[in-house]
Amino acid sequence: MSKQFPADQAPIPTGPVPPAHWAASYEEEPTQASTPPQANGMTALKPFGWAKDNLFNTPLNTVLTLACLALLWLVVPPAANWLLLKASWSGSSEACREAAGACWSVIVVKHRLIFFGTYPYDEQWRPFLACALFVAMLGASGVRAFWRPWLAVAWALTLVGMGVLMWGGVAGLSYVPNDRWGGLPITLMLSVFSIAIAFPLSILLALGRQSSLPAIRTFCVGFIETMRGVPLVSVLFMASVMFPLFLPEGVTVDKLLRALAGMTLFTAAYLAEAVRGGLQAIPKGQYEAADALGLSYWQKTVLIVLPQALRIVIPPIVNQFISAFKDTSLVTIVGLYDLLTAATVATTDPEWRPYFAEVYVFAGLMFWIFCFSMSRYSQWLERLANRYTRR
Amino acid sequence: MTENAIIELRKVGKWYNSYHALRDVSISIKKGEKVVVCGPSGSGKSTMIRCINRLEAHQTGHIIVDGIELTDDVKAVEKIRRKVGMVFQNFNLFPHLTVLQNLTLAPIWVRGMAKSEIEEIAMMYLKRVRIPDQAHKFPGQLSGGQQQRVAIARALCMRPEIMLFDEPTSALDPEMVKEVLDVMTELAGEGMTMVCVTHEMGFARQVADSIVFMAEGSIIESGSPAEFFENPKSERTRQFLGQILEH
Repeated sequence: MSKQFPADQAPIPTGPVPPAHWAASYEEEPTQASTPPQANGMTALKPFGWAKDNLFNTPLNTVLTLACLALLWLVVPPAANWLLLKASWSGSSEACREAAGACWSVIVVKHRLIFFGTYPYDEQWRPFLACALFVAMLGASGVRAFWRPWLAVAWALTLVGMGVLMWGGVAGLSYVPNDRWGGLPITLMLSVFSIAIAFPLSILLALGRQSSLPAIRTFCVGFIETMRGVPLVSVLFMASVMFPLFLPEGVTVDKLLRALAGMTLFTAAYLAEAVRGGLQAIPKGQYEAADALGLSYWQKTVLIVLPQALRIVIPPIVNQFISAFKDTSLVTIVGLYDLLTAATVATTDPEWRPYFAEVYVFAGLMFWIFCFSMSRYSQWLERLANRYTRR
Repeated sequence: MTENAIIELRKVGKWYNSYHALRDVSISIKKGEKVVVCGPSGSGKSTMIRCINRLEAHQTGHIIVDGIELTDDVKAVEKIRRKVGMVFQNFNLFPHLTVLQNLTLAPIWVRGMAKSEIEEIAMMYLKRVRIPDQAHKFPGQLSGGQQQRVAIARALCMRPEIMLFDEPTSALDPEMVKEVLDVMTELAGEGMTMVCVTHEMGFARQVADSIVFMAEGSIIESGSPAEFFENPKSERTRQFLGQILEH
């Protein structure tokens, strides 16, 4: 500016004036940084003060707080009554009819059908044992101290053991063909196996999508985009109805296996995109440093790129795992009895039909337990992975 | 050209699409020679040294390192990368590995060395760059100067015959520049062949056998530090030195 202003006519600053509380907060800052100020140190002592500061500090917040309280008042007591307080926990369907709340007796009566479907009733200890073994191994695999070579051996033994238990036909166990399997074993096996196979497959697809070889790149892009472009239901239909038409006469592939293949390929396509996100987040310098040290493509990928890329994408990968777990319930359309389908079957008994809601709440709870465990585990894994690398 | 050259570039040309990054760059570096490359940004100096270990591929001319010509042949590239160590501006340490693991990874996987053997050697190099006590920390827990010294030690663990430095001190806080330059000066004293892109003119004056000045993808002039600083031949060089030595 060239014009000179007399001191008393200085131009008014045109920029926005900082609100008064900015200045206040600057003043509050300790001049000598020694210990951080105790944020809200009073809250523990004065809950009413906290509520006044946070819930009723403006008219809008006061209205919203009251509205929330009213909503809770409307929802919580009836829900608690139905779910717990006035529920009927045992006895016949007559007892349920008189109770005002949920009829959990239906679960007591039908739980074996829900969990094990049409597996021969007297043999249901076998799928129970198989599931228990499976879940125990899944849990053990999550523990860091067990990440040793023998874990692979233990898994091989577990899978053989599960096969023996489920199919039987050896060691005095009667043979149960897998079209009689149902319920929890189907849900667990389909989801875990499809995820376990899809995950390495997805890494290859994601790497292939970035390949410098056009044939590989085109194939991977084509596969991923095709799978992502169609609903899982149609993939399952293709696998179970159309795929057998292409096979030579006399060759059959098991229905369960076909569904598993369909789910695996579908999940792999989605996972591949999550993994690709991680690959793209790795700075170019990491590739260059690995190249400069003379590492080969696979050494670079396995030792440098993937360990970093996969850490970054733990949240979307687990998201996909959870999604795949719940998607197993879609295999019902190709005639497989997963947990949810078995639950539906349980509601067809005329005596217990009125209590289908309870059955679905229970099935939902089962799904939630597994999905929530995965979610919590992924949070732990993220913390572990990022413990030292945080900058 | 020179008989005993360990690095030889003959009329090397490189384009990024239509941008002409290197124009007929020819240079010959003897074993044990220390060459400092300087020049304004965008002059192609980084591109040139990145061509020497084929992080960038040249399109015309020849690059011969220790008797091996760099071509699309992957085997030749791998051989040369084992002989040539590189230090980057941004360190490029592997953040998911400890300092010691950063040092031992390539010798184990590329050179097939035993873990115990290379760990001992790695500790020796860490002592030489004066950070043996940081061996089990992760790069993210170290200061910039410490990280760059780890990067130098990492390159040295591969027992290279040639070391390339691509602006090794440009990303450092001023107070850490010296600790890195000290290590580099020491290394130069041991007879390592070094090609160093840097703006540290004090280092260049003290350590370099010859200084190469580049602008617009060409080598404008090269010569001994005394010639280069006291008696620059071209106007472009005088202009650059005027700007860089002014303050």
